[in-house]
Amino acid sequence: MRRAAGGAWPRLAAAAAALVLLLAAPPFLSSFLLALLTQSLIMAILAMSLDIVLGYVGLASLGHAAYLGLGAYAVGILTTRAGAGFWTTLAVGVGLATLAAAVFGLVALRAVGVYFLMITLALGMVVWGLAHRWVTLTQGDNGISGVPRPDLGLGWSFADPRAFYYLALAAFVLAFALLALVVRSPFGKTLVGIRESESRMRTLGYHVWLHKYIAFVLAGAVGGFAGVFWAYYNGFVSPADVELATSVTVLLMVALGGRGTLWGPALGALIIVLLQNLVSVYTHRWLLILGAVYIGTIVYAPEGIVGALRQWRKGERAWARS
Amino acid sequence: MGTKLIGSLLALLLVAAWSGQGEAQKGPIKVGFLAPMTGGAAQIGKDMTNGFQMWLDENGNQFAGRKVEVIIEDTQGQPQVALTKLRKLVESDRVHVLAGGLFAHVGYALAPKVDEYRIPMLYPVMAADDLTQRKPAKWVVRTGWTSSQPNHPFGEYAAKVLGYKKVVAIAIDYAFGWEQVGGFQKTFEEAGGQIVQKLWPPLGTTDFAPYLAQIRRDADAVFALMVAQSALRFPKQYQDAGLKAKLPLLGGGTTFDEFVLPSLGDEAIGGISALIYSAALDTPINKRFVAEYRRKYGKVPSYYSETCYTSARWINEAARMIGGDVEDREKFLAALRKVEIPDAPRGPVRLDAYGNPIQNIYIRKVEKKDGELWNTVIHTYPNVSQFWKYKPEEFLKQPVYSRDFPPCRYC
Repeated sequence: MRRAAGGAWPRLAAAAAALVLLLAAPPFLSSFLLALLTQSLIMAILAMSLDIVLGYVGLASLGHAAYLGLGAYAVGILTTRAGAGFWTTLAVGVGLATLAAAVFGLVALRAVGVYFLMITLALGMVVWGLAHRWVTLTQGDNGISGVPRPDLGLGWSFADPRAFYYLALAAFVLAFALLALVVRSPFGKTLVGIRESESRMRTLGYHVWLHKYIAFVLAGAVGGFAGVFWAYYNGFVSPADVELATSVTVLLMVALGGRGTLWGPALGALIIVLLQNLVSVYTHRWLLILGAVYIGTIVYAPEGIVGALRQWRKGERAWARS
Repeated sequence: MGTKLIGSLLALLLVAAWSGQGEAQKGPIKVGFLAPMTGGAAQIGKDMTNGFQMWLDENGNQFAGRKVEVIIEDTQGQPQVALTKLRKLVESDRVHVLAGGLFAHVGYALAPKVDEYRIPMLYPVMAADDLTQRKPAKWVVRTGWTSSQPNHPFGEYAAKVLGYKKVVAIAIDYAFGWEQVGGFQKTFEEAGGQIVQKLWPPLGTTDFAPYLAQIRRDADAVFALMVAQSALRFPKQYQDAGLKAKLPLLGGGTTFDEFVLPSLGDEAIGGISALIYSAALDTPINKRFVAEYRRKYGKVPSYYSETCYTSARWINEAARMIGGDVEDREKFLAALRKVEIPDAPRGPVRLDAYGNPIQNIYIRKVEKKDGELWNTVIHTYPNVSQFWKYKPEEFLKQPVYSRDFPPCRYC
């Protein structure tokens, strides 16, 4: 009991500090950096949603871009064809992603390990195929351009990059709070139990499949939520959003930051977005640096950055006690 | 006397202040150049930046007497990255003009943003038809081509000069492929030919065996539109399937362009294609361009190099028209639209009312000279517009070319 309380306070303080930093940052950033930070926040939502499946249930999915894509395409199609408003697109985007995850979950959760990886890969490609080939709806390879910035009916414009940043920040905080509540709930603890030993949890009387299924659908829904903001941010949707490469990038964000830590994947998203967009400004060899970061992570911090930090703090505490 | 002195002093001061301000304004002209520098299309990006840089190197790195600063940003061939980099170039670097870009979806993604920023952007490569047809963007100045532009004359050429009656089309399944086949089919069928089969291998296909097996052997020729890695593999597999001896191979420009020719073998010989440029073009200007480019970069320039080379010159011509005052963007844009280049390596170029170049289309045949493959020009259609011989208003009434348009009536 005492330990739990001791662990929670610094964590809350760190979260509050991070939030204050994020709230206060915009005036000090160039508009390009602000754009990258906005992008990181949206990608962080996606990475955290994948973390539910990868980090807490222990299943690596290679099709997570599908939900991002569904949310994004819902926005692209509804705004450009029907002039739909923000709340409609949000509801449809998240709804569509939830529905897809509900169906995909029925198929994918029959498998574990590498087979789960392959099934999710195939399902992700189905969505990519739709985006690519259903030209009358998605405009195929050309993509849908001209997605307007959202109007929330609050009377201010989100065309301003700073306003949009705060919108993305709000979405991020909302997603983070929701997912943090989930992983700290008995449901979340059960997920970790399943990750550690499925058979033991089954023997204890837990409905393992249902827990995994709900986690899978939740991850899809939050992924769709990220997709909605992704489309508004870019003003453009194309099959590139649904590509395998996008799924792999998200997986790497989670692995880099530390799976099963929630804010680790958010950190991973920030690092990868910055590497991809900021470092490539200075050198065309940015892929080398990205590769070195990955290798460094695997060798020195197999549990990701946050995992390594925890390891280090544990070691320090043990040292202090002795 | 005193007042006179003060007056002249004031005038002097004013002049000094004025010219000082003028000096400050006349900093370098900043150009934002977007191209894929990493990923599958990195080599094309290299050709693009080389072409652009070469013109600047030859002309003292100046536009209209002002120094030029080129900022190259890597799009990684991805629309979202291209958008992020566009933002960086405009908002952080404050560029005066933009150029570059590769792939239709990048073009469609950038166009609305470019309009929003109100900064002129040259599209030397991105060829999606609708960018200068049904969905034009005010601030986009295309110095390249539309996908269907070379194939309008080529379709007619195939029917009337080559005398083919039945042609099978095989093209990579995306907008660029559809528009190329669409342009070919429209004029080919209007000239009495028939497209008897359409095959659409997906983007990135490298094994064509299943498609080659389906090709109707009773046709007269095959029209193939390949890009990048597909273009490298297709001619060889076409030959190995025993088709080359039976059905002559026609192609869209990229099937045999200078970018892939050095990697192809004798299997490519005899391939006929249409494009806005050929490195084998026999004009003094082009010969100098090719020789100089080879000396500098060790390879034959592709159309990517040529269009980007000409784009640099294009910006210079426009900047000179307005006395280097590129800060006045409306005036700059108007000047960019007025530029006419009578002697580009590819031939004369000027824009039509919709903002797409009117230029020569070359029918080219792959031949071997001194152990190298070249696109020998066998026929030139001078001053071809994106609308070919049709009235623009009439032409724009039809939908943009797609997988199903024009419909395959003879399949």
